[in-house]
Amino acid sequence: MATEKAKKQYQTLVKQHTPPRPIVRNVVAAFVVGGLISVLGQLIFGGLTRLGFASKDAYGYTGAVLIGLSALATGFGVYDSLAKFAGMGANLPITGFANSIVSPAIEFKREGYVMGVGAKMFTIAGPVIVYGLASAAVMALLRWLLGGVGR
Amino acid sequence: MNLPVILWAFLIGGALCAVAQLVMDVFKLNAGHVMVGFVVLGAVLSGLGLYQGLVSFAGAGATVPLTGFGHTLVQGMLEDMATRGWIGVFTGGLKAASAGLTAAILFGYIAAIIFTPHG
Amino acid sequence: MSVQEKAPRRQGRYTVVFPTAPRVLGAASVVGPMEGRGPLGQLYDRVTADDILGQKSWEQAETVYMVDACRLALEKAELAPDGVDVLVAGDLLNQMVTSNVAAAQLGIPLFGIYSACASFAQALFQAAVLVEGGFARHVLVATASHHKTAERQYRYPNEFAHQRPPTATWTVTGAGAVVIGGGDGDGPRITAGIVGRVVDLGVKDPYDMGSAMAPAASDTITRMLTDTGTAPEDYDVIITGDLGELGTKLLHELTAQSGLPVSSRHQDAGMLIYRPEQDVHAGASGAAGAAVVFASWLLPQLADGHMQRAMVAATGALHSPTLIQQGGSIPAVCHAVIVEGGRGVGA
Repeated sequence: MATEKAKKQYQTLVKQHTPPRPIVRNVVAAFVVGGLISVLGQLIFGGLTRLGFASKDAYGYTGAVLIGLSALATGFGVYDSLAKFAGMGANLPITGFANSIVSPAIEFKREGYVMGVGAKMFTIAGPVIVYGLASAAVMALLRWLLGGVGR
Repeated sequence: MNLPVILWAFLIGGALCAVAQLVMDVFKLNAGHVMVGFVVLGAVLSGLGLYQGLVSFAGAGATVPLTGFGHTLVQGMLEDMATRGWIGVFTGGLKAASAGLTAAILFGYIAAIIFTPHG
Repeated sequence: MSVQEKAPRRQGRYTVVFPTAPRVLGAASVVGPMEGRGPLGQLYDRVTADDILGQKSWEQAETVYMVDACRLALEKAELAPDGVDVLVAGDLLNQMVTSNVAAAQLGIPLFGIYSACASFAQALFQAAVLVEGGFARHVLVATASHHKTAERQYRYPNEFAHQRPPTATWTVTGAGAVVIGGGDGDGPRITAGIVGRVVDLGVKDPYDMGSAMAPAASDTITRMLTDTGTAPEDYDVIITGDLGELGTKLLHELTAQSGLPVSSRHQDAGMLIYRPEQDVHAGASGAAGAAVVFASWLLPQLADGHMQRAMVAATGALHSPTLIQQGGSIPAVCHAVIVEGGRGVGA
């Protein structure tokens, strides 16, 4: 059984030898790709408002269009190359959220449509929805209690 | 006239992703954790009334990253609470997010039917 | 120490020696297309065109890799499956499905083993014990792994788009098989073996297996050198399984601290399999890694006299996603055997 001291010593050694992550390169790539996906969203939004959708609805529909595009990109296997290059630049936009739902859906098809596709679809996106709703509820209730919402 | 918004969309959308990348690399988190963190961040900023301003000048730059999803949930709840009271916490969130969530589930299911996994 | 009867085939505290030196009768490697494009591409017995092999799933394809490697190794040893007494096989998947299904197809009695990527050395060790003890005439050893089955079981779905850190390794797609037997004749022989101690120094990052495994490798290699009274320079090569770049650095550091630096003789199988431009980050990993390098690169050099003596020290990160989620760390193990070349060794 290794002592705590031995563990500490070894972890210091590991830290000394671990190659630094290429943070600057990663952050720049994330910025550019994340920015470009947002620009694509803005263009879609512009198109939808020109078609006569109210701008409040158009943001929701823009998300849906981006999700559709991401499903295609995931299906053709190009979205993972984008994420390999851009990291969170591909994961953080709604397209990345879509990829996290579409990818297990495709991947677990071989385990069947119910317990595979159906059950595994939210392995990654599930926590996002859970914490999104929970934190939103807390914030909305706080606003209500503090009288920030018209009654 | 449209150009400034597009520029802001690029800058704000890019900046949010850059911060997320920084957090992931510095704290050695995996993508799932950072995605959860940013949804919560969006909800908090929205609840504090700070996010709507970002949406109005950066457009999709604020709505496309996952912080925008948190913002949508909070705003949906607040909207329903304005007309129905506290029950709006239960009815407003997913209503506002329904287009995105339904699209993700349906497109995910269709993709599973059409595509074969290739890794 | 208490008064005990001496175990006649032990040397030193931990090492086991095989006086009759069980012989390698044949070996084969079958790998996927990506491994085929690596530096050892020409040396493998078979490189497949894709990694699904006409099967319904990658898991089933992994079984095909193992069965094919077994059949090729048997062919080279001029044996039929029913001429083999025991199959000792391992893989990375839950319930060892690959080994189980392969054994069902081959119809050879199975010892299924699991020590992750150290399985290959453990299997060679157990095969040598069975042959040395007269419990089996011929033993077939096989290990397999598949990048896509390992990713989806241990990490994320393959289709999920994400960035892997620089210390991440790439699981080898393929299988290696070796036939071990007794008797006279040429062929590299297994002269000693050692069972690894499980070492856990608190590494928790599933994308940094090399750091988790280096202390186990250092522990096993050092003990074996001490027990046998040999120095690293007495070996043409000390080959580890899949430490990768970082793990290799750490092994060199740890063995230097213990006074038996291996850096001049050490090679890591994981770093022989892919080219830097294949962008697999820290190197290869997986139960098949040590096996395919052994079959394609090491054995021929031992057989033709280029090398006299090698230590095969396969390392395994005994990584459990459940344990990691519960805040646990990654225990690791390293089993090793000494393989000596050509004529005049053993019986």
